[in-house]
Amino acid sequence: MATEAHVQAPETWSPIFGRLTLDWIPYHEPILVGTFSAIVLGGIAAVLLMTYFKLWGPLWRDWITSVDHKKIGIMYMVLGFIMFIRGFADALMMRAQQAMAAGGAEGYLPPHHYDQVFTAHGVIMIFFVAMAFITGIMNFVMPTQIGARDVAFPFLNNFSFWMTVAGALLVNISLFIGEFARVGWLAFPPLSGSAFSSGPGVDYYLWALQIAGVGTTLSGVNLLATIFKMRAKGMKLFDMPVFTWTTLCTNVLIVAAFPVLTATLTMLTLDRYLDFHFFTNDLGGNAMMYVNLIWIWGHPEVYILILPIFGVFSEIVSTFSGKPLFGYKTMVWATACIMVLSFVVWLHHFFTMGSGANVNTFFGITTMIIAVPTGVKVFNWLFTMYKGRVRFEVPMLWTTGFIVTFAIGGMTGVLLAVPPVDFQLHNTLFLIAHFHNVIIGGVVFGVYAAVTFWWPKAFGFKLDDKWGRRTFWFWCVGFYFAFMPLYALGLMGVTRRLQSYMDQAWQIYFIIAAFGAVLIACGIACGFINFAVSILRRKELAVGNDPWNARTLDWATQSPPANYNFPQDIVVTGRDAFWKMKQDGFKWSTNYTDIHMPNNTATGVIVAAMALVFGFAMIWYIWWLAAISFIGMIATVIAHTFNYNQDHWIPASKVAETEAKGEVA
Amino acid sequence: MRLSFKIPILLGAVASLSACQYDVLAPSGWVAAEQRDLLVISTLLMLIVIIPVIFMAIWFPLRYRADRPDQSDYAPNWAHSTRLEYVLWGVPIVIVAILGVYTYIYTHRLDPYRPLDAAEIGTEIGEPIEVDVVSLDWKWLFIYPEQGVASVNELAVPANRPINLRLTSSTVMTTFSVPALGGMIYTMAGMETKLHLIADEEGTYFGQAAHYSGPGFSEMHFDTLAMSDADFDQWVEKARASNDELSRDAYLDLEVPSMANPVQYYSGIDDTLFDRIRGLCVDEGKVCMDQMMMQDEMGGGGLEGIADKHKYQYDDQRAIDGFGNPIGVPATPSAPAHGGHAEGETLSMNTHEGAAHDGH
Repeated sequence: MATEAHVQAPETWSPIFGRLTLDWIPYHEPILVGTFSAIVLGGIAAVLLMTYFKLWGPLWRDWITSVDHKKIGIMYMVLGFIMFIRGFADALMMRAQQAMAAGGAEGYLPPHHYDQVFTAHGVIMIFFVAMAFITGIMNFVMPTQIGARDVAFPFLNNFSFWMTVAGALLVNISLFIGEFARVGWLAFPPLSGSAFSSGPGVDYYLWALQIAGVGTTLSGVNLLATIFKMRAKGMKLFDMPVFTWTTLCTNVLIVAAFPVLTATLTMLTLDRYLDFHFFTNDLGGNAMMYVNLIWIWGHPEVYILILPIFGVFSEIVSTFSGKPLFGYKTMVWATACIMVLSFVVWLHHFFTMGSGANVNTFFGITTMIIAVPTGVKVFNWLFTMYKGRVRFEVPMLWTTGFIVTFAIGGMTGVLLAVPPVDFQLHNTLFLIAHFHNVIIGGVVFGVYAAVTFWWPKAFGFKLDDKWGRRTFWFWCVGFYFAFMPLYALGLMGVTRRLQSYMDQAWQIYFIIAAFGAVLIACGIACGFINFAVSILRRKELAVGNDPWNARTLDWATQSPPANYNFPQDIVVTGRDAFWKMKQDGFKWSTNYTDIHMPNNTATGVIVAAMALVFGFAMIWYIWWLAAISFIGMIATVIAHTFNYNQDHWIPASKVAETEAKGEVA
Repeated sequence: MRLSFKIPILLGAVASLSACQYDVLAPSGWVAAEQRDLLVISTLLMLIVIIPVIFMAIWFPLRYRADRPDQSDYAPNWAHSTRLEYVLWGVPIVIVAILGVYTYIYTHRLDPYRPLDAAEIGTEIGEPIEVDVVSLDWKWLFIYPEQGVASVNELAVPANRPINLRLTSSTVMTTFSVPALGGMIYTMAGMETKLHLIADEEGTYFGQAAHYSGPGFSEMHFDTLAMSDADFDQWVEKARASNDELSRDAYLDLEVPSMANPVQYYSGIDDTLFDRIRGLCVDEGKVCMDQMMMQDEMGGGGLEGIADKHKYQYDDQRAIDGFGNPIGVPATPSAPAHGGHAEGETLSMNTHEGAAHDGH
């Protein structure tokens, strides 16, 4: 029936391997075999190097089992960048396919493969890149901004991270064992149901997101508790830095929205595994309910991504303008408005499902209202620069690029919020251009800005300026080349997710977009070169504890911060606490006391590893393995509750020694 | 330095002069034209804010850069101005309020469920034509109940007459989209949506499925032929001349997943067909959606209903593998199982055996 001769092997089940058979190993796909070989060779090289330099011990002791929020934050960033390579490779494949497959040409990816690529791209970029990045930044920065020594639940933090990694690994395993989902990043049923998506693809999707989702939800609880319970003495909520405020709002959204995702995906899982009928056409199921539920999570999700980035830019603008943030209270209230409003706009994702005019009007207008606090934020950043002393360092470059790009993306977003306009533009490449406009222009630019800004805090040396600028310009120009043609195509009515198309007039736009993607690839390369060059030249680039003349407490620590962050408890008397301390000529007293810190633990990584095995076993119906790994998880967690060796004291003498070392800078 | 931002604009200008069909911006139907107008109005309204923002985003950091010669205007502690904040909140609120009014008016005027109104359109328009639309894996079926004909992957309509569409899907969701005529609407199995369009002038317009629906999605497009009344009558005659009848059996054959389906015509349409497609009960022995809802309303089938489960199941017959090949299971437990991989094998072979009564 299909245009290709391919058929999926009929499903069989054996007690030992479940439904996993050799047919599911894609050794006939040259792209995958090549990727696999590269990863194996790279992996072997890494293992050999690690062994040669005797790094396994330090890696295990200082990183994998670490409960230090800063190290976990950095590991989230590493995860984000690794998955970014994967997600961006998918993007390049899509751009190449669409640049080729015009006028009857089939391109190089058949639908079976192409559809997996766009699904994986969306899933990876949102859940394992953007989420990893923002969680990493929040983890690294927020506790130090409020003068805390760690998060409220350090073990939970480590566990959350490794659960996210387990989810990410499952997605990548699907590349070489079986297949990934071919349903789009939100897996709308009935297409994602067992009738129309047989095979393990959607199950990979479900279990990867469920396992990572545990990590995200717990991390949300953890960071919220940290903000509420662990602020430095005297720091009132309205003394918190704006980044901490945005972290607070984001984690409220995470805690409120992610359970909805979990429940929705659980229902889909029950549909697929146990013949429930929540979302099937059969037996009174209703797929529209899934669409509602997934967007009740999905819309807050985009604010979960962008709010911390708003915080990042707030810190950067104020630091590099040499002024306090303009309209701090307005900024906080605007953030809180966005937090609340983000829960009453979800229906704008499906105006075209036939809701009545009144319903559409309501959700259209609530969506536009979000533009008000967002617009106010942009104005506040602008007026922070006004009458300031703006230093055009690399983070500031990203900020300017962000404001310009985000303004355009915001405008097209409001267009899509007008129901009759959305009737035309829904699902078109205009929509694709819009959300890349805000996610790249917002989140990605923000992450690069944050990395450049806090890198010297994390490692004690700055990133190279020249390579930083190159990264920015390639990204910025590349973005416009890659996505402006998609706006144009959207205005021609061209829909998303096309594996091929007949109209050759569209092809030139796709070719320009592909060229833009190549420019972005150069930008990404420059970013990595920047890391490498800067690490090699770290002696020249070394800076003190406060290289940017910053304003918030995170800069009061050493660079890199000691594991206890602050040698003494801080008393805060207002906003921009560090700025005030500097003006008052603050010095740490040399009268150190012992500091109480949590112990590292391997429980997090062990439970997450078992969760990974459990997910894999569930995907392939290997019930015995699923049972063993599930019992193993529970048993390990119970065993962990009997671990009474959970904390230690750093003696005052050790603190004094560490602080003396930090003085040099 | 800011050249990067100009390039896409230049490209856009060049592109708009080229031969491409900007169906959304230069549409051929009243609905789409109204939607375009709203798009332009909204864009202009927002540019009132966006242009100054972009200007300030570039000008402020340059104007107030740290190495400027005269720094007497540096205000290191200036961070609040109530008057300015009124403006910063006020201007966006006013713009959103105006946009909100437009949104209310246009959303109600262009409600896809609302029949088109000649007075509103302002020109002479003819009698509406009814078309029932079904999205199948992966092709479009257009049923003309008044003319008693049907077509696959070709929508013919008389120009200047309202087109009243009722839509549903046989399996997964997708959307029906003819950008030159107006906005899209979802098609969903077991449900009916409505859409009202009109073609202002004769022509051939691009139509597509605009929501990803599986392996054959990219080839699920169709031509919309807007023609004169006389040409349309001829088109109907051509379809009537077809030897293929669209009986319930023929529909079940057509429903088997296929990609890049050629244009087909049918004559002799089963009168109940669209209602049964929407009710997921074309197959003899299946309980239609509305009956099922009534049964649920009355308390459901109870434990004894378990034996009748197959009468409420449709998806398993239409199941596909990862490449879009049908792997459907037989309609009833009594029918023999089949693998369904071979070319040409159809689901309908197995769908008429077994219980042929609704039971309730």
